[in-house]
Amino acid sequence: MKKEFDRRAFMRVSAMSIGAGALLQFSPLAATARGSAMSRLFQRQNGEGTGPFSIVQLSDTHVGFQGPPDPLGTKAFERAVDVVNALDPQPELILFTGDLTHDSDDPAEHAKRFAAFRSISDRLRVKKRMHVPGEHDAALDGGVLFRENFGETHYSFDHRGAHFIALDNVSHGKPIVGAEQIAWLKQDLARYPKTAPIVVFTHRPLFDLKPEWEWFTADGDAVMNVLAPYESVTVLYGHIHRAEHNSIGTAQHHSARSLIFAFPDPSTSEKKPLPFNPQQPFRNLGIRTVSGSTAARPFAAGINDVELSLREVSGTEGIQQMLRGGESL
Amino acid sequence: MKRLAIIIILVALVAAAQFGSAQTPAPRVVEITAKRFEFNPKQITLKRGEAVTIRLVSTDRPHGLLVKPLGVDLDADDGKPGQITITPDAAGTFPAICDHYCGSGHGNMKMTVVVE
Repeated sequence: MKKEFDRRAFMRVSAMSIGAGALLQFSPLAATARGSAMSRLFQRQNGEGTGPFSIVQLSDTHVGFQGPPDPLGTKAFERAVDVVNALDPQPELILFTGDLTHDSDDPAEHAKRFAAFRSISDRLRVKKRMHVPGEHDAALDGGVLFRENFGETHYSFDHRGAHFIALDNVSHGKPIVGAEQIAWLKQDLARYPKTAPIVVFTHRPLFDLKPEWEWFTADGDAVMNVLAPYESVTVLYGHIHRAEHNSIGTAQHHSARSLIFAFPDPSTSEKKPLPFNPQQPFRNLGIRTVSGSTAARPFAAGINDVELSLREVSGTEGIQQMLRGGESL
Repeated sequence: MKRLAIIIILVALVAAAQFGSAQTPAPRVVEITAKRFEFNPKQITLKRGEAVTIRLVSTDRPHGLLVKPLGVDLDADDGKPGQITITPDAAGTFPAICDHYCGSGHGNMKMTVVVE
């Protein structure tokens, strides 16, 4: 009997950027026969049933970074941890998309920065946390310290009926994924039907967003060619310190905001960090709402951004504001 | 006899190659030195339609030179230069960056290529 899977019946995605990152909410749609078939497939493969779940993406915390344009160091990261801890219900999974630390020429100092990152991230109530490296974590030592702290720089796993793929496009020093990892990706994907929901998380954009600002991956096209046959591909990345949303082919690419400082719109001429404003220290981790077209795209993402600002709001109140969407904290 | 014919053909080919190269002037070589976190010079000027060899020399660690619109993607390490010969076909001013992460400050390692 021919097995058919219908991603339209399976899940839809909505995403809420919280300044600190993006809260992605996946939920199953109508329980059609084909949606159930997909559910059974994932249950057979990993023993895990499908169902609604939510993800938080955090990025570019740059622990260890000092000085302008952000004199507050880890304050935004720590605030983000508080915000995420106040979410009710809690997300099931947190994805960190690189530049967890800021590099140092002294390996011992860099190791301390990894430890400092972990001391903050360990305060998260969510225990299922996955990481990929950014160049500041892994480009100078080829990923040695990253592996000591978090394991391999590329891997995959299933969660609630979606296949997650962590890709490393930084540890070669050059912005590449590399032939070896692409071969692994092909092999990894071969187990899944073309209709399986795929979520890739990585540090750099996998397309030429702005190469002269280093907003690209040299062999990103080769990676996306491997993913092209899959009908539902969501790529979550960081690196560019701002929220951007691009639809290319069947893939939806979403970058998360930074937790250290923001870069300007790529349409501007100069890549210069946006200035720190002491009156609004978390400004530029700001509000942005993006609505996906569910009619045109079966696997659509709707994104609500909420700015972290100076005003101190209790976790519950702040989260309720966020859940209403588009309101400033 | 057959072996003699092969030798004659090879000699002829080598001679032809040498004659040909003598007729074509070698491209101008533009050398760029890379070190943390700067290029020297910070700007080079090329001529549209003129072949030029761009040579990247590193004096400390791995660096890159990327000018995507011109098809330049070089790597160099200390003692291991990289080079490419190109013939720019369009005038313009092109930003060039180091695309091999070289430390905090890497983001400011850039220069300009002008094609007249």
